[in-house]
Amino acid sequence: MTTITVSGRRDSWRRTFDRLMKVLILLAVLVAIVPLVLVVGDVLLQGLPAISWDFLTKLPPSPCSVGQVGSQCTGGILNGIEGSLLMVGLATLVAVPIGIAAGVYFSEWPESRISFLSSFTNDVLAEFPTITIGVFIYVLVVVTTRSYSALAGAAALAIVMLPIVARTTEESLKIVPTSLREASMALGIPRWKTIFSVVISTGRAGLATGILLAIARAAGETAPLVVTALYSSYPPTLASVVPGRPTASVPYIIYNFGTAGYANWTTTAWGAALVLVTFMLVLNLAVKFFIGRKFSGARAEI
Amino acid sequence: MTASQKGKRSSRSRGDLVLKSVVGAAAIGVIALLAGLGIELAYSSRLSISTFGLSFIFGSTWAPIHSIYNAFPFLVGTLATSGIGLLLGVPMGLGIAIFLSENRRGGRALNTTLGSLVELLAAVPSVIYGLWGLFVLVPFMAHFVEPGLKSVLGFLPIFSGTPIGTDLLTAGVILAIMIIPTISAVSRDVLNAVPNSQREAMYSLGATDWEVIRKSVLPYARSGIFGAIILGLGRAVGETMAVTFVVGNNTNLPHSLLSPGYTLTSLIVNQLGATTDPLADAALVEVSLLLFLLALVINFVARGLVWRMTRKTKFRI
Repeated sequence: MTTITVSGRRDSWRRTFDRLMKVLILLAVLVAIVPLVLVVGDVLLQGLPAISWDFLTKLPPSPCSVGQVGSQCTGGILNGIEGSLLMVGLATLVAVPIGIAAGVYFSEWPESRISFLSSFTNDVLAEFPTITIGVFIYVLVVVTTRSYSALAGAAALAIVMLPIVARTTEESLKIVPTSLREASMALGIPRWKTIFSVVISTGRAGLATGILLAIARAAGETAPLVVTALYSSYPPTLASVVPGRPTASVPYIIYNFGTAGYANWTTTAWGAALVLVTFMLVLNLAVKFFIGRKFSGARAEI
Repeated sequence: MTASQKGKRSSRSRGDLVLKSVVGAAAIGVIALLAGLGIELAYSSRLSISTFGLSFIFGSTWAPIHSIYNAFPFLVGTLATSGIGLLLGVPMGLGIAIFLSENRRGGRALNTTLGSLVELLAAVPSVIYGLWGLFVLVPFMAHFVEPGLKSVLGFLPIFSGTPIGTDLLTAGVILAIMIIPTISAVSRDVLNAVPNSQREAMYSLGATDWEVIRKSVLPYARSGIFGAIILGLGRAVGETMAVTFVVGNNTNLPHSLLSPGYTLTSLIVNQLGATTDPLADAALVEVSLLLFLLALVINFVARGLVWRMTRKTKFRI
């Protein structure tokens, strides 16, 4: 314990030091915020010129150098938007029911050993490098079927989404008061019915939060798609899923067009980035202000 | 809810049993998924494991022409970039966390707004940080930061080489930017879990704000903050796209922070499926296996630490 009775000089030094540290902390906050704000600002600034109706409804342009003009130099990201919708949609169909089921188990049977182990595994899986998930699906699906496909991409995204859905489901069901469960069961309603009609329906806002967050996360995932779905210049068809053809996605367009070095492709990449950021922010704000408010208990970590 | 319902009516218990089996199967599925992931990666890399053995980890040659694939240069790349990321990201992230949990001025609105902003930024996909890194950060590093570093610290071997911008240092900086939201969000929750009596006791002795933070709050939250840092390390190690844009993509062993390199993740994403050599594919899967094991260890440590601290609060990561 430091001295309690202090001489005047030591006291003033302590106050100066206190102020110094506060300034340093404030500085850290400001310095850290700058690049974070710049990222979003630059995406807006560079992406806006690319945005038009055509950008959302046309196929990508041919590569053009600076100054080159012509209709082949402008285009959109329709293939990516449709590919992303397809793969995220398929992944949602798989990940949501399984994730909710696992979350119900974590929340309603927390005392079992499987529940503890699985919940822990789920946490680990949620933080896992998504590229390893991509490689897993690559050796499992892409190598076996000998083709990149929307199916492989969707499988990888489903594994990314599953732990997020399971975690938010658990958190949102856990805060449903025990008294509600007891009241229901006191009326002679069996436990399984209680879980469906009382527990899940009370926590449904939280379940929706989890699903939205998982969709937002999957829509931005790039690395797993590079090794499972790759890219196609055309919108996906049924054949992209079965038997399987390479399929484009918005994040892959950002990666591929952004690193190619052609002026008009760079613009396309920034435009795609703006589309993606807008989508993510809208989903996250929806979660925060509409669902999150009623439901402060299960703030999900993304 | 633990009271088991030993109902006489069989339809009731059958319904319960069906539900429990179905959701229990999903829970077991989660465990099977992680286990399957590890097993499948190990199995598919057997060709590389048997060919290179331990030299896969310690050898520094990646030469497709001679069919030699060793991962040491990429381990170095991952460690160097994550190290820089932590070095820059931890003080900043911790600064934000302390500000968010201890600042009493400007009302709650300021803190919650800043907190939400930081959380939203954690949700921005990494490919966008990558694009921004390539077109904004790389020129900035090449023209301003790296020449400056060279003129001051150029005598150190880690700052030798030409400042070109696409190198390990820039990759480390982008990682720092990306893990700041993680570290600050988790640390803030850990700091918020420190009981107020802990602060009040110190204030009652006449301590200044900083003394309260330094001697009373931070020591109490030590293990949780450490967990947050390890979690940040986990994200840095696993980060793929942002690094791939700016790291330079060079399979040689890096000799300085200013030389272009590869991390484990960016090597996989750039090369998997791009070769016809089955040994190369197996080697890339083995790189993923390394990453899998690294991530497993990091996550276990982090989760253990944060759990111990915030077990009693609602917060879970």
